[in-house]
Amino acid sequence: MFYSKIFKHGVHPQDFKALTNQLPIRRLPFTSTLILPLSQHAGKPSTVQVKPGQEVVRGQPIADADGFVSVPLHAPATGKIKNISLMPTARGPKTPCIILHVYPGSTQQELYQNPHDIESLSAEEIIQAVQDSGMVGLGGAAFPTHVKMKPPPEHNVDTLLANGCECEPYLTCDHRIMLEQPQHLITGIRLIQRALGVNKAVIGIEDNKLDAVKIISEHLETNDQIRVHAVPTKYPQGAEKMLIKSLLNRSVPPASFPSSIGVSVFNVGTLAQIGELLPHGRGVIERVVTVSGPGVKNPGNYLVPVGTPVRFLLDHAGVTTRAHEVILGGPMMGMSVSSLDVPVTKAMSGMVVLEQDDPDLKKSQAHPCIRCGWCVEACPMQLNPAMLGMLAASSEYETMAEDYHLNDCFECGSCSYVCPSNIPLVQYFRIAKSVNRDRTEVA
Amino acid sequence: MNIKTDLRSSPHLKQNITVEQIMRNVVYALFPVCAWSIYAFGLSVFLLLITTTLTCLLAESLFCRLSDKPSSVNDWSIVITGLLLALTLPPGFPLWMSAVAAFVAVGLGKALFGGLGYNVMNPALVGRAFVQAAFPVAITTWTPPFVATRFSELIPSTLTTPFMKPVPIGDWLDMSSIDAFTGATPMALQKFEQISTPLSELLTGAVSGSSGETSALIILAGGLYLAMRRMLDWRIPVGVLMGAVVISLPLCMLDGTLYPDPLFVLLSGGLMLGAVFMASDMVVSPVTPLGVWIYSLFIGMLTVVIRLFGGLTEGVMYAILLGNVISPLISSFTQPRVFGTGRKP
Repeated sequence: MFYSKIFKHGVHPQDFKALTNQLPIRRLPFTSTLILPLSQHAGKPSTVQVKPGQEVVRGQPIADADGFVSVPLHAPATGKIKNISLMPTARGPKTPCIILHVYPGSTQQELYQNPHDIESLSAEEIIQAVQDSGMVGLGGAAFPTHVKMKPPPEHNVDTLLANGCECEPYLTCDHRIMLEQPQHLITGIRLIQRALGVNKAVIGIEDNKLDAVKIISEHLETNDQIRVHAVPTKYPQGAEKMLIKSLLNRSVPPASFPSSIGVSVFNVGTLAQIGELLPHGRGVIERVVTVSGPGVKNPGNYLVPVGTPVRFLLDHAGVTTRAHEVILGGPMMGMSVSSLDVPVTKAMSGMVVLEQDDPDLKKSQAHPCIRCGWCVEACPMQLNPAMLGMLAASSEYETMAEDYHLNDCFECGSCSYVCPSNIPLVQYFRIAKSVNRDRTEVA
Repeated sequence: MNIKTDLRSSPHLKQNITVEQIMRNVVYALFPVCAWSIYAFGLSVFLLLITTTLTCLLAESLFCRLSDKPSSVNDWSIVITGLLLALTLPPGFPLWMSAVAAFVAVGLGKALFGGLGYNVMNPALVGRAFVQAAFPVAITTWTPPFVATRFSELIPSTLTTPFMKPVPIGDWLDMSSIDAFTGATPMALQKFEQISTPLSELLTGAVSGSSGETSALIILAGGLYLAMRRMLDWRIPVGVLMGAVVISLPLCMLDGTLYPDPLFVLLSGGLMLGAVFMASDMVVSPVTPLGVWIYSLFIGMLTVVIRLFGGLTEGVMYAILLGNVISPLISSFTQPRVFGTGRKP
């Protein structure tokens, strides 16, 4: 396979995908109580449209978008609203959530829908329909999808990229979606192509998922405007900027959106959901979550309603007695949780459970930096993590931002991954960024 | 179900290569060099290696204790310093002097700056530079390789009483019936008498010189092992050797009788050992990719300049020490270009 211009640097962690990549998506039974945070997306939280005690049907909107950069929320199951209260979420602080009591024995047919004739929709109508579906970046970013479909007028978008890299180890939900729902994916791409008015669309898939490349190619017509491209498996290939570099050899300038260089990137999971939901006018009410890791007895790709507590999923998948750490998202960028009662949100792609004696949990001695330069060779943004780390150790956070481009770091963790001295580099950088943010807010 | 959870910030995966592993592998790569050196020069080199390594270990634990730091003896880096130091000394170098060199290497070269990771120069070379200044005669007294009695007796100067001048080795050399051994290294022969040494002897190390610098082949093999395990930045040895060629090739073409040919420059003296094992010391080389090239070319070029135009026959040590000192400067001038700020597509 020929790769013209792949992004520089990056790392090659073991992918552990064999644990789940052969397992078809499976629907789990419904839990009795769903916790639905009003802010599962970047932007303003949704505004509640229901009252405690009110009965709702599966698929019914229960919270509205608050402005353009916001999305509505739909009831993932038929039941009764218990109350609206502050609950812990994966992000840490308690946030307002709608608590939904699910009726047992309900058929759980989707009762609420608003079908569209997708062939006749205008660009504006498609964008509106995407917002109405509550769609956000399902790969983890949680940025409202319709906002990306309306780039600033001075940006001339000519290419749509579908991101099927799934470069995080363990995660396989996007892989399974590409294998099982290629038709939805293609429908979604065609819809967004029309909304954006672009002809060219490229699906980028890491070459550890060549079966997905094959299946999608088979579903495309011979002279299709959509092309499928395998890209080398290398972390963080799935980062938007890296994928654009690898597929189109274009570089997004610092602090800019991809649309500024004519590209819009969408996760394949998001596109498949758009393709599935939009014709029926349904909302995002469930998603595929990969539950994997050495601490899980029955790893798999499970389809669950949004709002299902993590504990419920782990109960069904089963955890070993030595399970010790639960990571939401992938192991490179996900966060470990203190409470298993936090809910699955729209953008949560996976759950990885590590065991007590996992080598990655071992507390290793941190050495001083030996200037091996491995972090410099790993950083996909071509920063100098060694220097940033030294500055962070002496709390020179402003110098980090002004002279060493701290804010271009997107926290992929490659530097910490390779550091032989076990210096928590990216962790330092997060602290530095948040201190700088606080300082600017005060000033 | 309850899980006792650890709360950590991502990434939760870690590449399992640690500082200890890197350092241990460098030691492995040095073993063949040491073995060849013992084979070529005999028991004296064995004692030399033991002395410097033990002194380094003792000095390291002493300084750790004095500065109230946890002992860093187990990170193997100090073993590298000990072995490298011995490999840069002449085979018959008095043991007491080598112990002084080792003590200075650790004290002045490493502990003073705060230990592993903070030193500015390669500790082994600091130790060698010290004894070069302190004992100029002993450090330029060479013995030929493959002396018949090398495994049964020591080179007389090895066991010089502490604080005494080294025992002269002339009589011993005569007794060992080495024909016409002038005591000069191939480089001195070339520089002062324009006598060149066959390249095959330089490659295998059948020449006189510092104990570990003589066999270019074995040193290269060690470097290759480390580079393949990605524990050595291949650009540094390559850059140093390229730098040496860049200066010596035009000179040789200009006047082949006065200046040695580049291949001789590469294979003679300590250039190979310095390029593979010392200039590449991670701690004292730049972290930026461009900086690494500048640094290594600089060392290679400076080595040849010192060799050909300076008063000394060998310039690797000072070239590397100078390179070490300016490497932070090089790093800061060669910051990588942030993604997306380069040329437009």
